[in-house]
Amino acid sequence: MTPDAEALAKAAGGTGRAPLAADAPEMDLFTGLTRLGDNTLILGHRVSEWCGHSPVLEEDIALANMALDLIGQTQFWLGLAGEVEGQGRDADALAFRRDAWDFHNLLLVERPNGDFGQTLMRQFLFDAWHAPMLKALEGSSDARIAEIAVKAGKEVAYHIERSADLVIRLGDGTEESHARMQKALDRLWGFTGEMFIGDAVDARLAEAGIMPAPESLRAAWDETVNHVLAEATLTRPDGTFAHQGGKQGRHSEHMGHMLAPMQWLQRAYPDAKW
Amino acid sequence: MSVALEQVWDWLGEVPDPEIPVISLTDLGIIRDVAYAGTTLVITVTPTYSGCPATSVINLDIEKKLRDNGIEDLRLERQLSPPWTTDWIKPEARDALKAYGIAPPIDGTAADGVLAGRIARLGGENRSVECPRCGSNETEKISQFGSTPCKASYRCKDCLEPFDYFKCI
Repeated sequence: MTPDAEALAKAAGGTGRAPLAADAPEMDLFTGLTRLGDNTLILGHRVSEWCGHSPVLEEDIALANMALDLIGQTQFWLGLAGEVEGQGRDADALAFRRDAWDFHNLLLVERPNGDFGQTLMRQFLFDAWHAPMLKALEGSSDARIAEIAVKAGKEVAYHIERSADLVIRLGDGTEESHARMQKALDRLWGFTGEMFIGDAVDARLAEAGIMPAPESLRAAWDETVNHVLAEATLTRPDGTFAHQGGKQGRHSEHMGHMLAPMQWLQRAYPDAKW
Repeated sequence: MSVALEQVWDWLGEVPDPEIPVISLTDLGIIRDVAYAGTTLVITVTPTYSGCPATSVINLDIEKKLRDNGIEDLRLERQLSPPWTTDWIKPEARDALKAYGIAPPIDGTAADGVLAGRIARLGGENRSVECPRCGSNETEKISQFGSTPCKASYRCKDCLEPFDYFKCI
């Protein structure tokens, strides 16, 4: 970087450090961390959309608290991603100033809330992946990742306890609640496969012992899902087709509609302080 | 001249938790270290829950308390590991919680094995939480989440009162 370019970058709020090269190991780490942080951010925001709209007060409180946990975890993951990137972007900058194609979350978490049953089913399918993912990350060769995973894992233990519990109660509930839960499961099923499909970035991160290979989480997920669906008297769909692309920044039409209200304030008034 | 660390701990012991004012920050076990780095007083704090909205208020309260006592050169650091656990809540604080109407955490939950244990208990073994009002063990869980992320909602089947339970983490 020439001194002039450095000065310009600094003036623009950057650190003056050259951007990461596409093939730098830090770039893989940055991508991996945004995948984790974008999952928790987007799901956290989706869940927060229920605030004030839940069927009963207890559920409203529970959903808001889970959204808080997820958004808190996002601050750790995206905070670390910004540190690794070294361009002066913090968690807020990454959350509020990127466009849809720079987000790396799973398509599952950007699915609209639908009814209460669909929200819970989405949560359960995600939690059943999130818990073993964090467990594996506790053994990461990167100590910064391991310590966030231990912290988040303790919170997610309560998420899965709750979402599994409610999937069972509603699935094995009334005719109406059963039908809604089965419909939610059928609709969301095609978005679960993406959790277990790795790409070149995943392979390099797994090779370095930083993050687990996505395929390695399948057995634990299957076990939890099969157990809970059986208890819930719900039928596991046969389909194996998997919608994918979210992890690489190719999102569904819902993403932009979600980001617009989430980001508008920071974009209209950059660096606004509370 | 620098203030003795014992004095700093005493001051921090006077700062109430913003959401549960009957217990202090030191009772809660979130102050991990107080030390000098050169002339700078460094307070190391660990968050209770990742998204707890009280975290930033707690940091402000710590800073205000120390500045009010004449400490100008100070810094707060965040420490994630080992993660905070309800095991670190002091025994006397548990009594204070109960007197305030919040059932204190009941089982020891060290960092390891919690997740495996919880997943194994899917569907929910109902551990017995004592009602802080009437002392009955005939209570039931309403929701894993209560008025703050650190609490669950319970109901007493004897006195019929709902109450918060400071859940184990």
